[in-house]
Amino acid sequence: MIFYKLGAASPVRWLKASGAALAALLAVASCSADYESNVARGNRQQILHLGNGDEPQELDPHIITGNIEFKLCLALYEGLLDRHPETLQLVPAVAESWQESDDGKTYLFQLREGARWSNGDPVTAHDFVFSWRRALMPALGNNYAYMLHYIKNAEAFHRGAIADFAQVGAAALDDRTLRVELENPTPFFLQLLALPVYFPVHPPTIEKFGAPDERGTRWTRPGNHVGNGPFKLEEWTLNRRIVVEKNPGYWDAAAIKLNGIVFYPVQNAATEERMFRARQLHVTNSVPVDKIARYRKERPEVLRIFPYFSTYYYIFNTSAPPLDQRKVRQALALSIDRQQLVDKVTKGGELPAFSFTPPDVNGYRAQAKISYDAPRARALLAEAGYPEGQGFPNLELMYNTSEGHRRIAIAAQQMWKRNLNINVTLLNQDWKVYLSKRNSKDYQLARAGWVGDYLDPNTFLELFVSTGGNNDTGWGDSRYDALLARAAATAGATERHGLLQEAEAILMDELPVMPLYTYVSKSLVAPEVRGWHPNILDLHPYKGVFLAAAEER
Amino acid sequence: MWIEFILRRLLQAAPVLLVVALITFLLIHAAPGGPFDEEKSAPPEVLKQLNERYKLDQPIHLQFYDYLKNALRGDLGPSFKYPGRSVNEIIAAGFPVTLELGCYALLFALLIGVGGGVIAALRPNTWQDYGPMSLAALGICLPAYVLGPLLALLFGIWLEWLPVAGWGLTPGDKILPSVTLGSVYAAYLARLSRGGMIETLSRDFIRTARAKGLPERIIILRHAMRVGLLPVASFLGPALAGLLTGSFAVETIFQIPGLGRYFVQGAFNRDYTLILGTTLLFATLIILFNLMADLLLAWLDPKARLETLARAGKP
Repeated sequence: MIFYKLGAASPVRWLKASGAALAALLAVASCSADYESNVARGNRQQILHLGNGDEPQELDPHIITGNIEFKLCLALYEGLLDRHPETLQLVPAVAESWQESDDGKTYLFQLREGARWSNGDPVTAHDFVFSWRRALMPALGNNYAYMLHYIKNAEAFHRGAIADFAQVGAAALDDRTLRVELENPTPFFLQLLALPVYFPVHPPTIEKFGAPDERGTRWTRPGNHVGNGPFKLEEWTLNRRIVVEKNPGYWDAAAIKLNGIVFYPVQNAATEERMFRARQLHVTNSVPVDKIARYRKERPEVLRIFPYFSTYYYIFNTSAPPLDQRKVRQALALSIDRQQLVDKVTKGGELPAFSFTPPDVNGYRAQAKISYDAPRARALLAEAGYPEGQGFPNLELMYNTSEGHRRIAIAAQQMWKRNLNINVTLLNQDWKVYLSKRNSKDYQLARAGWVGDYLDPNTFLELFVSTGGNNDTGWGDSRYDALLARAAATAGATERHGLLQEAEAILMDELPVMPLYTYVSKSLVAPEVRGWHPNILDLHPYKGVFLAAAEER
Repeated sequence: MWIEFILRRLLQAAPVLLVVALITFLLIHAAPGGPFDEEKSAPPEVLKQLNERYKLDQPIHLQFYDYLKNALRGDLGPSFKYPGRSVNEIIAAGFPVTLELGCYALLFALLIGVGGGVIAALRPNTWQDYGPMSLAALGICLPAYVLGPLLALLFGIWLEWLPVAGWGLTPGDKILPSVTLGSVYAAYLARLSRGGMIETLSRDFIRTARAKGLPERIIILRHAMRVGLLPVASFLGPALAGLLTGSFAVETIFQIPGLGRYFVQGAFNRDYTLILGTTLLFATLIILFNLMADLLLAWLDPKARLETLARAGKP
């Protein structure tokens, strides 16, 4: 014991030393306590700090497919047309005017004289022809190229059947006139022009860093990159941030109010929410589900929830029993209480979906709807040969890894058990396994989601034509195919919508898919942010966005 | 002798790395789904071109041979998910960050863990023992995904002292992630050093030192710690390896551009080259750290020195 007494000073010294170290740490911490938050500094400098979900795959508009990249491309490029940030109506962008031929198959675009690349070169019609040709070159591996297939012979060129791009319906008549010929009159063609896959790229820059169809050259790096959007690329540090600055040479530079935007690839919604609360972000990409109720109560002014152009649904593999029977599919679809699903399970303000197309798509409204009708579902199952669920084989429902999908699957499982007395087991798979099983039809029931590309019911309904590359249900109906083909060749909106409504009625009767809910976009938007309008595409052109000073709030 | 030992160990590493590469390669190729399987599927003509471009159409042994050939030259190939990035570039951007985070975390763990453990050992079964040891027990139980958000909430949002996310973007943003990642290891180190010190303090040579009338400070710092902290030294190699490969959660919580994200997501995305590159990197590091830990241990402990050399075939 005496030895320990002798050493009594030592532990005290240790404690003192550790205490000093801790104090030093806290001193460093408190020194940085008066750092200016991103939001405060951003407000002063008109720089928007934006949570953007993930590291983009690329900044090349002809490679990307995701929404994250779309939001970046919206700053860096501009198509022939753009969308109004509030109404989503098409507005002139690089094209200042256009004419459509009477048969709806030819368009002539007049390009704006002042349209410039960020290096000062004029944006010409030849640039668009070069860009669309590039977007369609098979070796580039552009997963979105099918959006260009509406142009005459574009699909043949994309599949390598024709090599000469002169046969494709896109031609520059002179520097400022672009003529586009389509396969069919395509009433939504103008909308496609606002998609990244139709954006122009700067030919000399592409060619400086490789062949036009070479994937992943260094042309999109800061210093190399040339774009024609309202902002230009200043910094792209992997997984850290992307900084864009106002492009003073942009034709409408006077309308740009922000001096710059910083995009942060924040994947984790909880992290993003903390960054928002600590004023490191102006706008988030999402909101954690468990925080929504609290924001609703305490800070409703920053919570933005708006219906999104996307449907959450289950697909049936109709090529094997028992799901090859329409009545079985109907029974399964009718025994789900969608209202309860969105109220008690998803809880993010989602809308129950009773048709495959989202409610009100640019004037189109689905007529045929499914409902929640347990007695009828039981009757249908009995008619299919399984009264009270007797003899019904065990079904397997596959979903890709996600807590949300799991919860929904469990809810559906319970509703089927309760309403139909049938057993459904759940199968969780990682994303790529899920995709490969879906593509090879190695499943019975699977969860799925679809985001519309343009504001037209066609972007949803064409999924299920019997030749559709994304139709993994094994279902096909010649009446459905014929209606969609007729609609594609019909110019008048009312008549066209009528045909599509008829097609959707077939879909909602045959039910190769059962819609569950319409997604919502969720984000937190700081009160200083102005010109950030909720809309169904969750699209926010940055041109009109600005940050109000504190006193204006 | 030592040079030979090191060379021998490094030579032994080569077949280990080869086996790691082969197993990883086979596993990732055996997993269903490929890098170009997307929700909106590309037409077969395009997929064919992509597979040709990345040589995925060749027999698998040729692919592996090609990969090895390039890897030996230091080229880990292009990433599949990020077409504009090579795996070398992704590692070059992410690894320094992960390494820096790992080093800070280790420093924090050593400072707090060894400090706490030694204090506890000097005063066993008093509050100076129970205090740090209870904290250590708590630290071992609290995973990073609980501790990280908790610290961010406390210091970032309530006290507003530190940023809640980022790395090198705002002053002080490296503190919380380092503390979060280091705390589990601090807890282990505290327990290890307490145990080692208590055992050592009861040994004969300490009694001799005390009998000689040496000041307690010298006894503890010079005599007891050198022996009592041997378990700590042997734990350092695996600890650093664990800190580097296990930083994914912390990187996600604090939005840190390290390598952890690619290490985990490379597998989900079937980004064959990225997962192989990161796996090989981490395997190499684990081998190196274990070698370094062995050398450190041999330097500290003559008994271990003999054993080490004996294992290397040089008695």
